[in-house]
Amino acid sequence: MARMPPEPPGGEITPEALHQRRREFLKNTALFAGTAAAMGAGLVRLIGGGRSAAVAVAPEPLGSGAPPLPAASAGGAILRPSRFDTDEPKTSFEDVTHYNNYYELGLSKSDPAESGALIRPRPWAIKVSGEVKKPMLLDLDTILGWFPLEERVYRMRCVEAWSMVIPWLGFPLGDLIKRLEPTSRAKYVTFTTLNDPGQLPGQRRKVLDWPYVEGLRIDEATHPLAMLAVGLYGKSLLGQNGAPIRLVVPWKYGFKGIKSIVEIRLTEEQPKATWNESAPTEYGFFANVNPKVDHPRWSQASERRIGELRRRPTLPFNGYAAEVASLYAGMDLEDHF
Amino acid sequence: MKPSSSNAATPLLFPKGPLPWLKPAVFVGSLVPLVSLAVGVARGTLGANVVAEGLNRLGLLALIFLVASLACTPLQTLTARAWPIKIRKMLGLYAFFYAALHLSTYAIFDQSLDLKAIFADIVKRPFILVGFTAFVLLVPLAITSTAKMLKRIGFAWWKRLHRLAYVAGALGVIHFFLRVKKDTTEPLIYAGILGILFAIRIAAWVVKRRKSARPA
Repeated sequence: MARMPPEPPGGEITPEALHQRRREFLKNTALFAGTAAAMGAGLVRLIGGGRSAAVAVAPEPLGSGAPPLPAASAGGAILRPSRFDTDEPKTSFEDVTHYNNYYELGLSKSDPAESGALIRPRPWAIKVSGEVKKPMLLDLDTILGWFPLEERVYRMRCVEAWSMVIPWLGFPLGDLIKRLEPTSRAKYVTFTTLNDPGQLPGQRRKVLDWPYVEGLRIDEATHPLAMLAVGLYGKSLLGQNGAPIRLVVPWKYGFKGIKSIVEIRLTEEQPKATWNESAPTEYGFFANVNPKVDHPRWSQASERRIGELRRRPTLPFNGYAAEVASLYAGMDLEDHF
Repeated sequence: MKPSSSNAATPLLFPKGPLPWLKPAVFVGSLVPLVSLAVGVARGTLGANVVAEGLNRLGLLALIFLVASLACTPLQTLTARAWPIKIRKMLGLYAFFYAALHLSTYAIFDQSLDLKAIFADIVKRPFILVGFTAFVLLVPLAITSTAKMLKRIGFAWWKRLHRLAYVAGALGVIHFFLRVKKDTTEPLIYAGILGILFAIRIAAWVVKRRKSARPA
């Protein structure tokens, strides 16, 4: 503030002019503060800043939401380590469960964690249909009684060029398929997500053609790396991660890992996979991780591991080339991306 | 009691003239999202992919300010009030400011300042090319935003040059549109607002022409 001139005589009474100025000052200050605050709050809201702050203060102790594993799993014990484990540092449970793409639970990365609890994981039945010896409706706990649970630490590479390392719990998909006794005409396996806007409110908006469908060639599906996961970090899957059962195919982009599966169908024809149907030039049916085949709108040459600041190079087949490259021998992977 | 010796003849913080609080309020209010972003980074509340979240927010802020600055003239046309014009320049400069932060975040954190990779990205990817072009268009507008520059260029040319803001706004919306994976609602909202603003300008221009074309 500037130096003041000598004070006016008759100092006990506030002069009229000063009184007016003070009122004016207070009015201006109030208008300034109100406008600045409203504008700031509006902008923060517009860019979605209010929401993540709310998530941060929400009292949600880590992992407490995840139910323990079902006792039904064969033998009860968990097999580990797996020969496929990566020894890279695991992505934190917090990040694995709060940074998700599950459009049926909302379009932003933080939405699925907020509404994941809407999924009711039990009772859960899976319809087995198509080219199998005996089509049937299988209870999930029955399936879990057939196989011991294994922990497998896999890399997960999203098509959006970020990645995680996740300790999944589950069993090899091939073991289930063998048990279903496919006929000789079974060339593909089709998976379908639950179709219920009550549990998956995102399905009220037709962002994609619900229910979500994904598929694998049968030799991919029976590859020992492909698994059906029912848990991660030693606990049952939370809704946002695809409770109660999901596909994990670590050499493919994450969107192949269909969540909350209610139907497994064996077919002679290649299934119409949801993202592939929605944007065939951007998302291939195979969707093998390939640093040489860019997404039309962004590069796939590198990725950001969640929790790290710098990008790292993306590996062919997400680092699983030694295991799976032979599945695609003779195929042009630029055409069949 | 003696009156406090302050307050007597100070300008009391606010400049003279109508709505003296407006510009300071817009100046401070426009910085709030940056502060909230910085607080988010410091407290780790921006989610797992901090760089992506920061990029998204800064880019969206650039677009919001660009659209807001473009809304000033139509708003003045509709309301016949002067205040939107008073904050137009500041909004435009904030658009440039946030666009520059958005681009720097991309260059530094997303590409680790690998200029070769950045160049390849710009040339190869329409989505990045479009965004980069929008930024480049904003540079001369920011440089010529001062009264001195306006005088030097002359108002007619200055006005023509600053129509580039509309091109930059359209490119910004396209950049946003190309970026989203599936849900195009938000970019479409901005496209719609931009379209309405442009329509108001055209309508105002047509009305003005008709009036002046009428015989006296």
